[in-house]
Amino acid sequence: MTLFIEQCLNGLQFGLLLFLLAAGLTLVFGIMDLVNLAHGSLYMVGAYFAATFAAWTSSFVLGAVLALGATLLVGMVVEVVVMRRLYGRDHLDHVLGTFGLILFFDELVRLIWGPEGLSLPLPSWLNTAITIMPGVDYSAYKLSIIIVSLVVAAFLYVLVMKTRIGMLIRAGATNREMVGALGVNIKLLYTLVFGLGAALAGLAGLMQAPILTVQIGMGENILILAFVITVIGGIGSIRGALIAALFVGFIDTLGRAFFPDLLRMVFSKEVAATAAPALSSMLIYLMMAIVLVVKPEGLFSAGGK
Amino acid sequence: MSVRLTPRNVVVAVLFAALLLLPFYAQFANDRFLLTLFTRIVILAMAAVSLNLILGFGGMMSFGHAAYLGIGGYAVGILAYEGVGSGFIQWPVALLSSALFALVIGALSLRTRGVYFIMITLAFAQMAYYVISGLARYGGDDGLTIQKRSLFVAPFDLTDKTQFYYVCLALLFASLYLVWRLVNSRFGLVIQGARSNDARMRAIGFPTYRYKLVCFVIAGTLCGLAGALLANHTDFVSPAMMYWTRSGDLIIMVVLGGMGSVTGPVFGAVALLVLEEALSGITEYWQIILGPLLLLVVLFARGGIDGLLAKVRS
Repeated sequence: MTLFIEQCLNGLQFGLLLFLLAAGLTLVFGIMDLVNLAHGSLYMVGAYFAATFAAWTSSFVLGAVLALGATLLVGMVVEVVVMRRLYGRDHLDHVLGTFGLILFFDELVRLIWGPEGLSLPLPSWLNTAITIMPGVDYSAYKLSIIIVSLVVAAFLYVLVMKTRIGMLIRAGATNREMVGALGVNIKLLYTLVFGLGAALAGLAGLMQAPILTVQIGMGENILILAFVITVIGGIGSIRGALIAALFVGFIDTLGRAFFPDLLRMVFSKEVAATAAPALSSMLIYLMMAIVLVVKPEGLFSAGGK
Repeated sequence: MSVRLTPRNVVVAVLFAALLLLPFYAQFANDRFLLTLFTRIVILAMAAVSLNLILGFGGMMSFGHAAYLGIGGYAVGILAYEGVGSGFIQWPVALLSSALFALVIGALSLRTRGVYFIMITLAFAQMAYYVISGLARYGGDDGLTIQKRSLFVAPFDLTDKTQFYYVCLALLFASLYLVWRLVNSRFGLVIQGARSNDARMRAIGFPTYRYKLVCFVIAGTLCGLAGALLANHTDFVSPAMMYWTRSGDLIIMVVLGGMGSVTGPVFGAVALLVLEEALSGITEYWQIILGPLLLLVVLFARGGIDGLLAKVRS
């Protein structure tokens, strides 16, 4: 039971982290109609920045804040230099162009930080276990990831639904030309939205950094998961991204933890041992397939595209 | 369809002649590496040609095409590991398994369109990647060494480098012919019609879903064959050959060469791989040049090499 609660929390933490990544992706797609494969690169850049700044300032929090700002800046620069030229193009052009960006970023990171990868050590006050329930201890850091992500999710909700800029964002997603015609500086809005998406990806990257190592290509595997989430949730829908991210987080974590045991109950030990790893990594894709059969546009499609 | 003497056709003819004569040059210059490089180019060109069938002509933006390379390759690798060495069994199994995978993936993915299709094909290919990485018996992440190349009857010996090159080249030409015949057939016209306006094609009575699915399966099967060749070429299969960046490479080849031109992907494959080879000779960090170069191609050279060649005429 203790293990189950712990794994559920892990699932929640992973799901929320995926949400941060998927939210940026789905925001950029919903508003600019842009497929951004390089989103994973921004996740990686965020982690590298955090590791570097934390080492400079010898403060984890300060490093994280600086990294967040730096990733936002990188995102805005990328938008102005590259992405701006890709709007209105074919999706295939987006895929190719941003694929080129991935190659560029991976190599640039290798050039600057070297091929070995970095580590981001946790400060001692986060590197402890907290008793959340009698008999159940949980990592303070993972708990703080959950809290930060929830705060960011709430912030996003307020930003998109309750503020003027959120209104413009929603209006831009529905009808770009009309918003532009009404005198809104669409270019600036796009740059801001892209920067916001980049900062969200960077936040996910820097929060994941102490758990995994900071390395080149770290954004690529998780990017695919973020894609799966946007597809399940419906492209362009932040609410859909949140629900799908939690789904995927839980299924992935719990599947890895308990699926082998479940299989062992039905099949022989040998069969279970060989099939379980393959099957548990298939689970989320199976879920995606099922969602698509039922609703090809995703669970909460923003409509339109 | 008469073939006219346009600059583009001349360049195509020259390229094909060069590919045909390459082993002689390699022999003459005693450059074994050149032959190895070009065997690889020819095999990947075949994969790109198959992708072009759905991407260029069918408008289906599959981002999971490398999965078939892996499935075809692993069909050969696993059978060889289990002691089935005959190519007459290995290759049909490679073709069948990639066809089956394409059928399942296609049936699900083709229910969606646009960016959903890109992401779904990508996700399914990654699923196949993780499943194969999980096969501990066949090496898992580390891959599987193939002790013996596929065995065929007496005069054919795939271990002979020159012979193997010609086998690959013959199969490349055969797939080019197949694609050429396909896109100029009634079937191909329906596929291209569906690319331009799917709703209209359905309105005049074509069940485009089925047509596209068949096209998707043909492309997957063809790429599975390329996978079987690739496994024989490297004597090794690993999940890396079906990682999603490989699918990206294949798309680059198609777009660089020119989408929707039968021979375009061959140009693209030659250009990309030779460029990679040349850049990696200049600097260790060659991708830092290749990445922005791709962006420039996307931004300024739509139509790819084939498009440039077509412009020369006018």
